[in-house]
Amino acid sequence: MNLIEVKGVSKQFGGLAALTDVSFVLNKGEILGLIGPNGAGKTTIFNVINGFYPPTKGDVFFKGQKVSNLKPHVLCKLGLARTFQVVKPLQRMSTLDNVIASAFVRAKNKAQAEEIAVDILKFTNIYEDRNLISKGLPLGKRKRLEIARALATQPEIILLDESFAGLNPTEINEQIEIVKKIRVEKGITILVIEHHMKVIMTISDRIVVLTYGQKIAEGTPSEIGHNPLVIEAYLGEEHSA
Amino acid sequence: MKKYLPLAILALLAIIPFLDLSSYVMHILVLVVMWSVIGMAWNILGGYTGQVSFGHAAFFGFGAYTAGILYQNLGISAWWGIPACVVVLTALSLVIGYICLRLRGAYFALATLALGEICRVTAENLVGFTQGNMGIMIRERTWVDKTWYFYVILLIAAITYIIIKMVMESKLGYYFVAIREDQDAAESLGIDTTLYKTISLCLSGVLTGIAGAFYMNYMGYIDPSIVFPLYDLSIVTVMVVMVGGAATYWGPIVGAVIMVFLAEEIRSLPYIGAAHQTIFGIILIFIIMFLPNGIVGDFRKLLRPFKAKKGASS
Repeated sequence: MNLIEVKGVSKQFGGLAALTDVSFVLNKGEILGLIGPNGAGKTTIFNVINGFYPPTKGDVFFKGQKVSNLKPHVLCKLGLARTFQVVKPLQRMSTLDNVIASAFVRAKNKAQAEEIAVDILKFTNIYEDRNLISKGLPLGKRKRLEIARALATQPEIILLDESFAGLNPTEINEQIEIVKKIRVEKGITILVIEHHMKVIMTISDRIVVLTYGQKIAEGTPSEIGHNPLVIEAYLGEEHSA
Repeated sequence: MKKYLPLAILALLAIIPFLDLSSYVMHILVLVVMWSVIGMAWNILGGYTGQVSFGHAAFFGFGAYTAGILYQNLGISAWWGIPACVVVLTALSLVIGYICLRLRGAYFALATLALGEICRVTAENLVGFTQGNMGIMIRERTWVDKTWYFYVILLIAAITYIIIKMVMESKLGYYFVAIREDQDAAESLGIDTTLYKTISLCLSGVLTGIAGAFYMNYMGYIDPSIVFPLYDLSIVTVMVVMVGGAATYWGPIVGAVIMVFLAEEIRSLPYIGAAHQTIFGIILIFIIMFLPNGIVGDFRKLLRPFKAKKGASS
């Protein structure tokens, strides 16, 4: 069953075509990787799916329902959460309050929101930092907080925008474990943008490749790693999954 | 202990009228309490939700005129202005919100600034309805003594404080602060930012309007330049909160105490005349540079030099 279907989506900013006729589906339970060189339109496609931009052409479907013109907060209530590439913590709130604020989407009262938040903080392993003001967290933990916040809205799908960028190898391994745990324990479907080839090759079930706003390939990590088009446009050398 | 502090302060304020203070001092105290209400109201929108408004005179003036017009044109007590305000100001806030809340940051501030001025000019020119620059005068005052006015505004302030405390500890409060910290993040976390900004604006507007309606009853006379001024209201409101501490429970109250007393002191200085406003400007610059979180927000920072000295001498 496909949860999200992106159908012929184009997005233009004035004369700039950020996306041209991009189509792909996100199946329930999978981890779909989205890769491509800088400026390929990866974050733009996130913003379209997430509702920040309406597509210029084409449509996005969520469980068969057309959602192209809905606002992000409506999509969040439907079960779609995201993280941001440039982390956007609610800076002057504590880590716990950050997560409580997003848990309110489904929680009936503050006690319940707090309960969800504590659960998620333990799940993502930043419970020890719950009372720190989120501005003071190191980048690795802020990226983790982004994921925690998205999880606290109890989504069905989570869009991860470069949640691994700028992390050290230990943090990357930890983050990979968490992403895997999200799928296994919570049954959440994941769409992930990532530049780190080792990460994307390990965690993805399938990969979609964008260049200059166009989809040039789609397939399993090993197919993508040996696809001459992808190698030329992005990878530069063969990658084995 | 900390839980009972507001109650203790309220009780302390409640016995003030028994101290047999002069009418002038009572007047200043009424103004202090009134300004804390306006400050607390502004703080909901500007402090917690992060939508800095330079047009709160619009709300204050509308409140005052609601009370005044009920008295002047319908012949009923201007006290009815306070309940009427809730309806009028909610409607006004919805209109202002619809126009201004789609703007962000400085653009929102500029739009509200313009709206405040529009309200003043309109009130000046709708002579048939507002009496224009002649103003509205209440000919028979409810009380001659200031005691009861003091209790009325104290009650309004207490209720305002309780409302804010309740709001800020609920889902609304979290949403307001989330919007202040990052609107895009808030939106993607399932917060309908437009809706919650409008709620914040309505709350802020209604409470400011109630202070305005009280002002009509208390002063007995209003005209557009008294209740819709850009400097004396909109900007002083921002200063009250900035000096006291934005997004703190006590900031607007501390700010009101300081600003009202300071205004009285500076105004009575000899030889400077209208230049007293310069002094406010200088104070504001210092506050922004050295105490960006206001006196309440940066209280620890204020104490630091004293503590350091103690440590050195011992």
